[in-house]
Amino acid sequence: MTTDAVIAEILAAHPREQSALLPILHDVQAEFGYVDAAAERIIADALNLSRAEVHGVVSFYHDFRSAPDPRPAVQICQAESCKARGIDMLMQAARDAAGERVRLAPVYCLGLCSVGPNARVGDRLHARLDEAQLVSLVTAQ
Amino acid sequence: MTAVRISDDALALACGADALAAAFEAAGCTVERASSWGMHWLEPLVEIDGMGFGPATPEDVDAILSGKSAKAIGPIATHPFIAGQQRLTFARAGRTRALSLEDYERTGGWAGLERARRIGPEHVLDEVARSGLRGRGGAGFPAGVKWRTVAKAPGARKFIVCNADEGDSGTFADRMLMEGDPLQLIEGMAIAAHAVGAAQGYIYIRSEYPHAIRKLRDALKLCADIIAPFNIDVRVGAGAYVCGEETSLLNSLEGKRGEVRGKPPLPALQGLFGCPTVVNNVLTLAAVPHILAEGGAQDYEARGAGRSKGTMPIQLAGNIRHGGLYETPFGVTLNQLIFEIGGGTASGRPVKAVQVGGPLGAYLHPGQFDIPFDYEAYAAADALIGHGGITVFDDTADMAAMARFAMEFCAVESCGKCTPCRIGSVRGQEIIDRILSGGRQADAVELLPQMHNARLAERSQAEEVQLLEELCAVMKDASLCALGGFTPYPVMSALRHWPADFGLSAR
Ligand SMILES: Cc1cc2nc3c(=O)[nH]c(=O)nc-3n(C[C@H](O)[C@H](O)[C@H](O)COP(=O)(O)O)c2cc1C
Ligand code: SF4
Ligand code: FES
Repeated sequence: MTTDAVIAEILAAHPREQSALLPILHDVQAEFGYVDAAAERIIADALNLSRAEVHGVVSFYHDFRSAPDPRPAVQICQAESCKARGIDMLMQAARDAAGERVRLAPVYCLGLCSVGPNARVGDRLHARLDEAQLVSLVTAQ
Repeated sequence: MTAVRISDDALALACGADALAAAFEAAGCTVERASSWGMHWLEPLVEIDGMGFGPATPEDVDAILSGKSAKAIGPIATHPFIAGQQRLTFARAGRTRALSLEDYERTGGWAGLERARRIGPEHVLDEVARSGLRGRGGAGFPAGVKWRTVAKAPGARKFIVCNADEGDSGTFADRMLMEGDPLQLIEGMAIAAHAVGAAQGYIYIRSEYPHAIRKLRDALKLCADIIAPFNIDVRVGAGAYVCGEETSLLNSLEGKRGEVRGKPPLPALQGLFGCPTVVNNVLTLAAVPHILAEGGAQDYEARGAGRSKGTMPIQLAGNIRHGGLYETPFGVTLNQLIFEIGGGTASGRPVKAVQVGGPLGAYLHPGQFDIPFDYEAYAAADALIGHGGITVFDDTADMAAMARFAMEFCAVESCGKCTPCRIGSVRGQEIIDRILSGGRQADAVELLPQMHNARLAERSQAEEVQLLEELCAVMKDASLCALGGFTPYPVMSALRHWPADFGLSAR
């Protein structure tokens, strides 16, 4: 299926109103890994919005990306409770293991604040990470 | 065949609960997945005939089954961590399966909703007001007053919006409730809808909680007929902390940028799509079924301290030995929470600081650990309870780095609508950097010979500190919402109590 056809299918699954914009963007982001200018234009037309309005929303939220990034991603919690449990001390090793190959994305709290340092890959969560475990998590992606 | 219970809460999963469950199944046991008791240092916790074992790994299975495990903790329900609590909102934690209507009904589920329907909206509003329930999302606004405002507001369409954005570090009670007892939240929303006359509800939940999203969606399918004609949809956030602010959340639900709206108008009068809207935190709504059960309002009101009534699900997090969920009446002190209940730091080192109330909360010094946990007492100490998260730091913490992080977080998450927050948070990071490097030197341009008439903008460390104080005062007074307005709390408290970390002598 072409990109346009997939987006049309996503649009068909939602009501044609602005309040459906976030659910639509989530679906597009999940399908392609990004929401680019072409996708913004199709969505804007369908919801009777300007492309600027749609782009404003895409660029506001951290979850939406406007360009593809083929690298696997590891989200590492950088918030206070994970800092209190030593995540900052592990970051250099994680960065070394990631290099250019893996994208390390900061996340501010995964709701596991009593068992940090924590990370998320897709929908899988990882807790009580020490340096070796974090490095092998990054290397395994 | 031995029946084993292991939680399927996201925290237990992150600690390896699935592999453990598979190992028990391979050993011939039946495994039932229940909610979490909230003793996080013991997760994954294994329960067999009421006896607990944890934190367990697949290697422990044989020893546990043969009764020889060193990880035995005895009966769970009478464990001091559980027995010392007064669990109302978390009464089912560990005891039921999240998606079992049977478990829910057996433990008093739907009694509040049924009674609410019997006594009618006016009495429901009275009882919520009488219980003294205040919003658990942070501001502590009386729920009864908010609900009555929405009930009385003119308008054919009204909404119930559950704020499940739980972005604060150190908090996980909303997540645990949604994963462990989603039906109770749904019942609370249905009671609110009945009280104010709303037909549609939304649960706005952060995208960082995929397990809770799935549980809520499944739970809503299970009980659609029970709450009908009221209907609830789950909406997923997109990684913006500020969308926990109620007006930003409403914009997000409407498909817009999550910018904060000015108040007035209050969301209670003009909220979602301009209609009267109740916006309440997960814990506020989940406390309601207990309050609406027979005698519940008096029972709730009888607990707590001062004007902070009822119980607070406190979250013990960060560098603490016994972290987890501790629901207790207001009035408890940090000394009790951290040392008696929490067992001190996980690292075994001395406690240096505690942040209460998430990233916008003040850092408290051990000298302040006797302040009673109540909204007014914390406000008087320039601190806040927020969502009840407690993050413990040991003596290796660098409080200047934490202050800088508070500014950095504000800059990353600012919605951008007002200048003190959007620009001030960036300037704040720069000033803290300059304090740490001993003051401001003239830059390359200022040193050019042509610039000899321009005043050099050199500043001493003391002048930089004064600048930071002034910046914080402006952010506090002139920000539209609490993201910019409260970021000064962690910054100023760190500066006040730990000047040495900033390279300053005691002030
Ligand atoms: C920056 C910011 C973030 C907030 N995040 C949350 C949140 O994640 N969850 C929440 O319930 N309230 C949050 N609040 C508070 C809400 O604005 C609002 O007070 C609350 O949802 C009202 O519900 P309650 O009365 O039941 O507490 C936040 C406020 C601000 C300023
Ligand atoms: S204080 Fe910050 S987050 Fe709040 S409205 Fe202003 S810019 Fe937006
Ligand atoms: S602070 Fe890292 S999970 Fe909450």
